[in-house]
Amino acid sequence: MQKKDNVTLFVQCIVDTMYPEVAESMVDVLEGLGLHVDCPTEQTCCGQPAFNAGHQQVARAAAEKFITIFEGAQTIVSPSGSCVNMVRNHYQDLFKDDPAMLARVKAIGERTFEFTEYIVDVLGVEDVGARFNGKVTYHASCHLNRFLHIDRQPRALLANISDMTLVEMKDADKCCGFGGTFAVKFSEISEALVEDKVNNIIASGADVVAGCDMGCLMNIEGMLSRKQSPVKVMHIAELLAGKSYE
Amino acid sequence: MSEITSAEYKKVAVDSIADPVLQSALESLQSRLGPATQNLYQNLPEGQELRKTAHGYRRKAIDNLDILLEALADNVEKNGGTVHFAATDKEAVDICLNIARDHDVKKVVKGKSMVTEEIGLNHALEEAGIDVAETDLGEFIIQLADEKPTHIVAPAIHKTRQQVGKLFSEKLGTPYTEDPPTLTFDARKALREKFLTADMGITGCNLACAETGHITTVSNEGNIRMSTTLPKVHVAFMGMERIVANLEEQQSILRLMSMGAAGQQIGGYVSYIGGPAAENHCDGPQAFHLIIVDNGRSKILADEEFREMLCCIRCGACLNVCPVYGKIGGQAYGSAYSGPVGAVVTPLLFGVNNAADLCTGETLCGACRQACPLEINLPRMLLALRAKLSEGDAKWGVQPKGKSEKLMFEAWQKIIKRRKVYDLFLKIGYVLQKILPAQDGMIRRLPFPFNGWTNNRNLKPLAAKTFMQRWKEREGGKQ
Repeated sequence: MQKKDNVTLFVQCIVDTMYPEVAESMVDVLEGLGLHVDCPTEQTCCGQPAFNAGHQQVARAAAEKFITIFEGAQTIVSPSGSCVNMVRNHYQDLFKDDPAMLARVKAIGERTFEFTEYIVDVLGVEDVGARFNGKVTYHASCHLNRFLHIDRQPRALLANISDMTLVEMKDADKCCGFGGTFAVKFSEISEALVEDKVNNIIASGADVVAGCDMGCLMNIEGMLSRKQSPVKVMHIAELLAGKSYE
Repeated sequence: MSEITSAEYKKVAVDSIADPVLQSALESLQSRLGPATQNLYQNLPEGQELRKTAHGYRRKAIDNLDILLEALADNVEKNGGTVHFAATDKEAVDICLNIARDHDVKKVVKGKSMVTEEIGLNHALEEAGIDVAETDLGEFIIQLADEKPTHIVAPAIHKTRQQVGKLFSEKLGTPYTEDPPTLTFDARKALREKFLTADMGITGCNLACAETGHITTVSNEGNIRMSTTLPKVHVAFMGMERIVANLEEQQSILRLMSMGAAGQQIGGYVSYIGGPAAENHCDGPQAFHLIIVDNGRSKILADEEFREMLCCIRCGACLNVCPVYGKIGGQAYGSAYSGPVGAVVTPLLFGVNNAADLCTGETLCGACRQACPLEINLPRMLLALRAKLSEGDAKWGVQPKGKSEKLMFEAWQKIIKRRKVYDLFLKIGYVLQKILPAQDGMIRRLPFPFNGWTNNRNLKPLAAKTFMQRWKEREGGKQ
C-alpha cells in the first residue's frame, strides 16, 4: 500500500453489542493492511430489522440517521453482508420516490463495502498472512452470497490462511433460518432450518464454522450451544486476525 | 367460490415439520430437482443471458397484454375455437358450466391446471352432477384421497407407496400392492376408462401464443394430450397473463419452464393446440373453448410494484429450493399456490390480510429468485407486501396488522436515534439479562415476546462493553 487510505467502520448492531471482538478483529486486519481506521461512535443500527418486517417509515428514519453519520466518509466497511445489502440496495427502495435522497443513498451505497469484498476486490489482497490451527467450514450467508454476489472473496481469504484445513459442509449456501424477526415469529420453522444447518456443520467434522455475518452465526451458535456442541462460530475477521477460538 | 386457509399457515407448518414422511419426501424432492435445474441453467446453449431475455419477453407481453389477448382471441376464433373472457372466478366457472350444459356433459377428464384450482372448478362441476376425474397421476391420487396438493407440479409427494396401495385397493378395487409400476398400471387402467367415456376434457394452458392463436400444454404423462383429443369438447382455462407474442418467445420460455419444473430440457409431451378438429377430420374435439380468467390479475397489472408477478409461469422451481417450503410443504400455504410463488400470489389474489402469515413467514434468503427460470424478484415483492401489512394500504384494502409490533418498532426507532439513549437501554438490558436462565454463558430462556427464539436454541448475551465503548477507550488511550 503506497498511501494510508482511510476506512470508516460501519459496525453491525449485533457485532457492536454482542460480538465486539469481531469488530476489533476487523480493525486489526485493516490496520495490518496499512489502513487508517476510524469509527463514528454515534452509529446504532441501519434499520434492516424494521425494513424486513415491513416498517418502512421506521427504517427510513434509521436510514436518515445513517446517512447523516456516514455521508462524509470516503470508504465505509462493514462486517456484515446483510447490512451492506440494506445500505447498498434497500435504501434505494426506501427513497425511490425522493430523487434528492435517492441520489444521496446511491452515492453512499457505492462507497459501502462488505469486509471481505473490500479486502479482495478493492485492495486486491487475498492473503493477509493469517495463521490458524484448526478445521474450519464456511457458511455462505444468503444476503452476502445471493444479493451481493460475494462468495469467491471470503473463500479466497480463507483458502490462504496457513495451517488451516477448510472443509465444505453439505448445503453451505442454504439459509440458516435466521431471517430477522422471522426467527421469533415463526420460531418452529426457523429452528427446523437451523437444526439442519447445525447438523451439516457437525457432520463436516469442523471445529469452527466461519462466516461473514454475525446474524447467521448468532443463530447457528444458539443451536450449537443448546446442543452442547464443541463447534465454535467465528467471524472471518477473527480468523484473519489470527484470533484463537479458545 | 374458492376459499383459502392461509390463516392456518403456522399451525399446518408445525404439523408438517413433525411429519417424518413429508419431511423425507420434501428433502428428496429438493435435493433432486433444485440442483438439476441449476445444472441446466449453467449449461444453456444460449448462455445465462437467456433467462434475462425470457424475463424481457414475459415483461413485454404483460406490458402489452391488452393487444396480445385481442390478437390471441382473434386467431383462436379464426381457427374455429370460441374465446370467453371471465372477470371473476364465478364467471369463469359459470361459462364452463354453460358449455357443459350445452353439450350435455356427464363426465369430465382434466389435465392438471392451477387456475381451475384457483377458481374452485371441480367443486362446482361436481355440484352440477358432473363426474370429474383428474388424470395427472399425482392429482388422481390426491383426488381419490380427498387431500390438498403438497407441490404445484408434484401434488402427491407426501403419499408413500404403501398409502397409495391402500388407497387404490379401497377406491379402485384393485388387489393391494405397493409396487409402483403395478400401481401406475392400475391407475392407467382406471384412467383409460375415464378418457374413453368422457364428454369433455378440461385443461389449463402453460403459455398461449398470440400470433398463431394456439395454446400449449406440457406434461410428462401424456394425460393432458389425451384430455384434449379424446373427448368431443375441449375447454382450456388460462390466467390472462399466460401469453407471449410469438412462437420464438414461447419456445424459449417453455424450455426454461421445463427446466424449472422438472429439471428437463423440455417436458415429455408438449402440445400446441389451435382449435377444434378441422371439418372432415376425424380426430380431435368438435368444439374448443378458451376461457381467459382475470380474477384479480388486472389489479396486479395496475400496480407497478407487483406487475412483475404476472411474468410467473407457475413452474414451481422456487418450491424446489425454498428452505421454508422444504420444511413446511405445500398445504400450509392454504391455496392452490404454495411455496414462494404462493406467498406472493395468494395475498395478491385472495387478499393481503387473509394471507398475512404468508407475507411474513419467509427468511428472504433469495433462493427462489436464483432458481426462477425468469429471475422473478420474489423477495422484493414479499418486502413490498410486508410494508403494506405493517403500514396499511388503501388501494389493496389492507388493514394494518396488530399494533403491538408497530409500537415496538417505533419505540426501537426512538432508542436507536440517539446513541446515549441506546447505550442506556443496552446497560439496562445487560443488567436484566443476568436474571434470565443461562447455559454455558448463553441465555437459555427469553421472556415474551422473544421466547420463540429460545425454544430450541440459546442466545448470546449482550457484551459488558459495546464495541463503540471499547473504541472510545482505545482512541482516548492514544491521546
